[in-house]
Amino acid sequence: MSTTTPVKRARPKFAVNLRQYGILAALAIIIVLFQILTDGRLLLPGNVNNLIQQNAYVLILAIGMVIVIIAGHIDLSVGSVVAMVGAVTAISMSSWGLPWWAAVVIALLVGALVGAWQGFWVAFVGIPAFIVTLAGMLIFRGLTLVLLTGGTISGLPSEFTAIGAGWVPAWFGEVGGRDVLTIALGVLTAFALIVQQLRIRATLRKLELPREPIVSLWIKSGIAAVAIIWFAWLLSGYSGTPIILIVLAVLILGYTFLLNQTVFGRHVYAMGGNLFAAKMSGVKTKWVDFFIFVNMGVLAGLAGVVSTSRAGGAVASAGQNYELDAIAAVFIGGAAVTGGVGTVIGAVIGALVMGVLNMGLSILSVDAAWQMTIKGLVLLLAVAFDIFNKRRAGR
Amino acid sequence: MEHTTILRMNNIVKDFSGVKALDGVSIEVVRGEVHAVCGENGAGKSTLMKVLSGVYPAGSFEGTIEFEGKPVSYKTINDSEADGIVIIHQELALSPFLSIAENIFLGNENSTRGIIDWNKTNREAALLLARVGLAENPATKVLELGVGKQQLVEIAKALSKQVKLLILDEPTAALNDEDSAHLLGLIEHLRGQGITCIIISHKLKEIKRIADTVTVIRDGKTIETIAMDGPDATEGRIIRSMVGRELNNLFPPREPKIGTEVLRVEDWTVYHPVDTTRKVVDAASFTVRAGEIVGFAGLMGAGRTELAMSIFGRSYGTKISGRIFKNGDEIQLRTVDEAIRHGFAYATEDRKRYGLNLIGDITVNVSAAALGKLAKWGVIDRYREYKVANSYREKMNIKAPSVSSITGKLSGGNQQKVVLSKWIFAGPDILILDEPTRGIDVGAKYEIYGIINELAAQGKAVVVISSELPELIGLSDRIYVISEGKLTGEVAAADASQETLMHYMTAGKD
Repeated sequence: MSTTTPVKRARPKFAVNLRQYGILAALAIIIVLFQILTDGRLLLPGNVNNLIQQNAYVLILAIGMVIVIIAGHIDLSVGSVVAMVGAVTAISMSSWGLPWWAAVVIALLVGALVGAWQGFWVAFVGIPAFIVTLAGMLIFRGLTLVLLTGGTISGLPSEFTAIGAGWVPAWFGEVGGRDVLTIALGVLTAFALIVQQLRIRATLRKLELPREPIVSLWIKSGIAAVAIIWFAWLLSGYSGTPIILIVLAVLILGYTFLLNQTVFGRHVYAMGGNLFAAKMSGVKTKWVDFFIFVNMGVLAGLAGVVSTSRAGGAVASAGQNYELDAIAAVFIGGAAVTGGVGTVIGAVIGALVMGVLNMGLSILSVDAAWQMTIKGLVLLLAVAFDIFNKRRAGR
Repeated sequence: MEHTTILRMNNIVKDFSGVKALDGVSIEVVRGEVHAVCGENGAGKSTLMKVLSGVYPAGSFEGTIEFEGKPVSYKTINDSEADGIVIIHQELALSPFLSIAENIFLGNENSTRGIIDWNKTNREAALLLARVGLAENPATKVLELGVGKQQLVEIAKALSKQVKLLILDEPTAALNDEDSAHLLGLIEHLRGQGITCIIISHKLKEIKRIADTVTVIRDGKTIETIAMDGPDATEGRIIRSMVGRELNNLFPPREPKIGTEVLRVEDWTVYHPVDTTRKVVDAASFTVRAGEIVGFAGLMGAGRTELAMSIFGRSYGTKISGRIFKNGDEIQLRTVDEAIRHGFAYATEDRKRYGLNLIGDITVNVSAAALGKLAKWGVIDRYREYKVANSYREKMNIKAPSVSSITGKLSGGNQQKVVLSKWIFAGPDILILDEPTRGIDVGAKYEIYGIINELAAQGKAVVVISSELPELIGLSDRIYVISEGKLTGEVAAADASQETLMHYMTAGKD
């Protein structure tokens, strides 16, 4: 260009991401609080195991929901979809005699179809997602009741129930009553996390972008690594690695990649940030919306498989309020109500916050009515905290 | 008619964080007259009316206002309305799902202890509608009315408030010819009933028809007041007063190297997306050659942006007809994506609304229109993406600590450079830049002129839409003028003066 004044190379200041850290800190505080209140019962190996297996469905739904919410939509139907998919899966095994894997494939296909149906109305007809999925909530709950007129279906094959309630076999044996594989996986994950953090920092450094000071990075990664290994240690003393934990890990990694590294993910953020600007930049916004809902449908299908498998059967009342759990998890995890902001890992942490709350309050035998009240207040406070932070940053 | 002054505004100065929108405007309006306020885009007309009506409260500006001989200081619109001053904005402020009668009396309901007297409401509404010549049932919902009729409802609403001074901000800008004629007739009729009118307009034919007096404003100053029955009341005189903005922008030197025709648009006609009877662009035909900078001049609402957006993947309008040729071959641009793939780029006039993801950083904004160049199998090479963004940050001199800076926090000039980076990275052959220097300081303007020149030097066809006539003359090789949707003139920049351009800009349909 005609005027090239030298660009000042001021050392970029590292801006602390309060959103992400705030929610992690909140999770840690809640864990410590309940650990004290329950006299150490919260983190008994069995409870840690249940925390994963009981909340797997919320985690799966939250991953789909965060994408929906980043794009500026909402999905109220996922609870009903979970129930309907559960019914279809149970029927396909008990009435049609299909093997467990075929039932899983059917479940995902049904989820995809449901997503395509809702995506069609949202993306191509232009009906707000709130309405489309509110209708879906009724439609799919109704269809579940139709499918299960014969009553509850139980007695599902053990391979199927293992998905939600089983463990990876102890392939490397046990040492002192602890599963070696689980500990190995924990150590490996902790190691991978540290390597990944350092690699990201090295790249940022090469690009001269703002980055975290190396000391704080080591402290943070160190704490995370210790927490992961400790978590594996606890699991290894119970029944080992829950199968669903492997599934969750794959989903978290896969969807983080999808949102951060792919064109599709970028388009989701762009549409949530400024829909008009995204359109004027050539983003095919309708198709992106459509696939967001197809994806949500597939994940709701998977959540249906997981919750049916854990429950050991299909009931018409399954999945009630699941949509609310998932939406709450996403917002606690730092997503913006206006769209454009949110992360998979945030949603996962948000779901864990809710899960720990549930478990801690149950151990303390707090009445279910009060549990609900407390969870509601936590959601409200989390979002209020977020808005407060944003205002302060805006000044 | 007794000749008394109803309104006197003295030496009004209003600045917005250092920028003077009004710099000593004085205006005197005689009771019972139609007083036109004229001026280019951004001259300060609307700001002046907002000062008068209390949108900008007393104390936020300097100078004095006298209404009916008494000094007044309005804190809110309600204060000015209590005195009988009613302003009707260009964007109508009616509630579409309420009836005509409900809208007329909104905030001013005929009620006792909160219970509305519907008989009285509808009866009085019917009388008011008769006064403005609108033959509609008062119970009709406003959304069923066209823009012209909605405007009449606004006037009826003003009459219900015992209006003494009615201010109309570009009242015919959104109307078709028939509705415009009716409205002007109504204004004359109201004058007969003793209501004083201030009409903001830049349609000279209209002004000649109804105004008794014209005050011309330029750069926040009163230039002159002309009595329309006097010898000075010629279009040429008004135009000379409106233009003549000082040429205080310097332009970087440039040697135009103009090649063959790249873009040709023929008979481009676009209708308004909601009011589908109204032509927004009317049979426009133009060409742009390689390495050429073509300017588009026109007043607010003339259809410049609508022309550009409708070409760019039909982003605006309905019933679009006409043909587009690129390098001699006819092409179809049905979506923005198609337009980008055919080598078009359009940097919008409203960069915050249509141009940028303000919560995203510089990187994601720069790559937004050409992610495909950085991705393989749908996976973005983020390392390269940062590199690209950073190269534009340096080349375009975007002042930000790093490419991870959030675009919403950058200054207007730097935001505009991000928008330009985005489109330059998309590698277009044809760039349409809509008000590329709006709201940008002088230094950044000069840099952006340099960027535009460089693009032309690379052989790209560049279209610049601007409200600043000196900018168009200084930057372009050729200038098209658009007025009320029609191309009314084509001038070589070397022969163009602000006066000739303004002449074409105000040349309405006869």
